Amino acid sequence: MKAAILVFPGINRERDMARTLKLVSGSTPNMVWHTDHELPAGTDLVVVPGGFSYGDYLRCGAIAARSPIMDAVRAFAAKGGLVLGVCNGFQILCESGLLPGALMRNAQLKFICRDVHLKVERSDTPFTRGYNAGQVIRVPVAHGEGNYIADGETIAKLEGDGRVIFRYASADGMIEPNSNHNGAINAIAGIVNEQGNVLGMMPHPENHVEEAIGRTDGRGLFAGLTEALGRAA
Amino acid sequence: MFPAPRHDSYGKPHLMKARVTVTLKTGILDPQGKAIEGALRSLGVDGVASVRQGKVFDIELEGADPKKAEVLLKEAADRLLANTVIENYRVEVVG
Repeated sequence: MKAAILVFPGINRERDMARTLKLVSGSTPNMVWHTDHELPAGTDLVVVPGGFSYGDYLRCGAIAARSPIMDAVRAFAAKGGLVLGVCNGFQILCESGLLPGALMRNAQLKFICRDVHLKVERSDTPFTRGYNAGQVIRVPVAHGEGNYIADGETIAKLEGDGRVIFRYASADGMIEPNSNHNGAINAIAGIVNEQGNVLGMMPHPENHVEEAIGRTDGRGLFAGLTEALGRAA
Repeated sequence: MFPAPRHDSYGKPHLMKARVTVTLKTGILDPQGKAIEGALRSLGVDGVASVRQGKVFDIELEGADPKKAEVLLKEAADRLLANTVIENYRVEVVG
């Protein structure tokens, strides 16, 4: 794996992500500054991490999405390169047009920082091959704007094409309003683009990868990616 | 000694004033607007049927062509100020 983690002013989860990628894949990722115009040669995974790029000014992710490096990410994604956006990274991918829809203020207006359960809808993607379809994983969320929304046509297309990858669920995998902590349409926690090579998700799988932390449910995503890229160092 | 100002009152370029107003599209849930609505009610401000929160950008433009200004403002709104997935915008050149 030769991952590139994008770094914007105000991002604060890039080191968690780097630590996880190194731990699971064995390879140290490159940290790429937002004013760069190119990704490091040989990059096979771009990660847009969580945090508060530009202090969430204007709209979450709006200013980061217009950074010079994002043109390189768009070109990389157009060629089929794998892109993972977590939390603010998901917001940045939506704002940049790489994923449809938008992330609005949580329905309850609260910043939510706790573990949630996610139902993994598909296991046949490079991001989720480390899980079984229907499996429930427990990972943390930490966001104030995670309420996914898109127009009816877009939602119908996402659902029809099986592009909803993660949903907020109960511990036993039921999709019900009480588990949908931020009010997202159809309890959507993560989606992929039409080609299936760009994933955006609000929860933080990178924070549940070590026994010392208590859980390792997030490890499957990075182990799956490492396997998909076929270059576990 | 203070440094001389960049423009004296004679050398100032003419600045056109413009305003871009960004509002949420109909049907998009606005939890912030709802909270404000509730707060107005609890303050006893009567007769408020609903509140939707938006944003206003006051922009100064160099140059004096209102037609060009409008094109430029629309570009600014489409490319950055508004997220047209969830928001509408209106541009006004105010003089």
